Amino acid sequence: MNTILQTQSLSKIYDTGSLSIKAVDQVSIDIRAGEFVALVGPSGSGKTTMLALLAGLLRASGGSILIDGSDLGKMSDVQRTSFRREKIGFTFQANNLVPFLTARENVELMLRLNNKNDRQGRERAEELLVRLGLADRLSSLPSQLSGGQQQRVAIARALIHNPSVVLADEPTAALDTERAFQVVKIFSELIHEQNKAGIMVTHDLRMCQYVDKVIQMVDGKLIRIIADRVQIEGLANNSLAEIRQSPQPVVFDEPKRLPVPLTQTQFSVAGAGD
Amino acid sequence: MSFYLAFKEIWRNRGRFLLFSLVIALITVLVLFIAGLAQGLAAANKEYLEKLNADLIVFQEKTELSTTASRIGTAKFNDIRRVPGVKDAGPIGFSNATIVFAGVQKPLDVSLTGVEPGKPGAAPAFAGEDLRSNRGYNTVIDRNVVEQTGIKIGDRITIKTIQGTEDKFHELKVIGITDGRQYFFQPSIFIPLDTWDKIRSQPEVNDLASELVVNVVAVQIDNPTDQQTMSLQIERLVGGVEVVDRRTAYEATPGYQAQQSTLNTQQGFTLLIGILVIGGFFQIQTLQKVPQIGMLKAVGTPNRSLAIAVVLQIILVTIFGVLLGSLGTLALSLGLPAGIPIIFLGNNIALAIFTLLLIGPIGGLVSVRLALKVEPLRALGM
Repeated sequence: MNTILQTQSLSKIYDTGSLSIKAVDQVSIDIRAGEFVALVGPSGSGKTTMLALLAGLLRASGGSILIDGSDLGKMSDVQRTSFRREKIGFTFQANNLVPFLTARENVELMLRLNNKNDRQGRERAEELLVRLGLADRLSSLPSQLSGGQQQRVAIARALIHNPSVVLADEPTAALDTERAFQVVKIFSELIHEQNKAGIMVTHDLRMCQYVDKVIQMVDGKLIRIIADRVQIEGLANNSLAEIRQSPQPVVFDEPKRLPVPLTQTQFSVAGAGD
Repeated sequence: MSFYLAFKEIWRNRGRFLLFSLVIALITVLVLFIAGLAQGLAAANKEYLEKLNADLIVFQEKTELSTTASRIGTAKFNDIRRVPGVKDAGPIGFSNATIVFAGVQKPLDVSLTGVEPGKPGAAPAFAGEDLRSNRGYNTVIDRNVVEQTGIKIGDRITIKTIQGTEDKFHELKVIGITDGRQYFFQPSIFIPLDTWDKIRSQPEVNDLASELVVNVVAVQIDNPTDQQTMSLQIERLVGGVEVVDRRTAYEATPGYQAQQSTLNTQQGFTLLIGILVIGGFFQIQTLQKVPQIGMLKAVGTPNRSLAIAVVLQIILVTIFGVLLGSLGTLALSLGLPAGIPIIFLGNNIALAIFTLLLIGPIGGLVSVRLALKVEPLRALGM
């Protein structure tokens, strides 16, 4: 598998007068085609900022981002917008869909943006929506869809234009447990089937059972990367075990909940590489 | 892409955009009515002078260009005619009269205008005949008289004037109809000058032996581009007169300037209100769409496409609203009584419609800027 996305010492610093905040601090990662990655960490750890940098919505203060060989740091705003349109698929926590477009039209939107809304494209859009279990919802407006259905439409929209990278910001945040699992499972299947590089930001460790790699961030720093299947499942199952005792979803809040306790200054790559 | 987004949003939110259009339509009706009123009142004031077949109008000097105060006798009138460069001149006398009817039909106040047939000042008939003789009791009536009374060619009408303290009644035969020639908010009827001198309203019974005195003289000059020079020449050679062009004459009509500037101010304020209202509508709409705009930007929609989509919506809604309002105005105007001074023709109305079409885009500029300034991350709460 080839590397689709690579960052080298990526940083994002916010200067607020007398204070400098390092939202992302020297993070280096690489993600291959067909790899589905979870980006986890407590609130304020820099996950969302990281996602925004990878999408080209923010300009990095330092380091580099290479996607499909293109350096985002060397692009103008217009070029990054164009790159995002062609190479990146994105789903958001909320406000994923254009409210006045049907499910089908929302998916076809990405084809229109890329001037690929021909018959073939429209047929693919319909196939994808059917694959996502929305065969009877093609002509429904977002207001007529459940949260889970809206997320599935968003996933279809994120994949329809054949991007290299798919980014998902808290795709299960507004969903109940059953819908959440459904959405992430389908997401994972499609990422693998279509050989994309997928990154999902999530608070919910239970979702990690569908990913190939877990990247943990705390206070803007990369703490560790878990690529070992056993450890990933352990992470997810520990969370499940706690759920059985408590109805609330486990939120990854403190490092001590990890199977291998680590301090914030250490990081290790457990089971990295194929 | 822009057209697609703009049309889809309008179509799926037809009710909301129809409401915007209705508001614009109401503003359109208001603006057009004010413009029509301005046009109608202006016409009621100046129609006759504006359409006069003359290059210059001669008033008695020091009368502030008032036709009622101005007096020009036969001798002076003949002097005017003899000035080199004057092609022709026609005396005009103004007075008030009332057309009275037997039965229940309401009397109609008119401007009784005495003219020399065939001379400047005489109104040409588009139906029937022109006045031919300087005497006689024939009359050519204004189209407005016909609309308000139903009088036809061939009818004999009775007019009432006041001489001294007595009402005097005179019968006239309608031989022709001219186009709109209102003067001083009254429709006009034209009679030969000598007849006018006999029957017009005056404080004392007319002494026909004295000199015929008219109010103004309409002058045609050999070289119509030479008005300034000819004005000065006539004033110098005749003496005791003030010579102006038609526009200056009707703009000096009492109340004309004040009336027009009041109505123009009202129109301007209504347009300004329109801009603020429409701008407010679209701004609120754009604010409600911030997350949607943020999402579209985040997935790679260019700023240009979003801006064009916003502008297109504003233009479509404005055009529809102005069209609706114009049709509504037309429908309302058909139900207006004949005597109401409203005219929905001409440059004034065209300008009003053109300006109304601009208030949407101007008012919506703020919302376009707002859309462009939306930060995707902030809009999406990331």
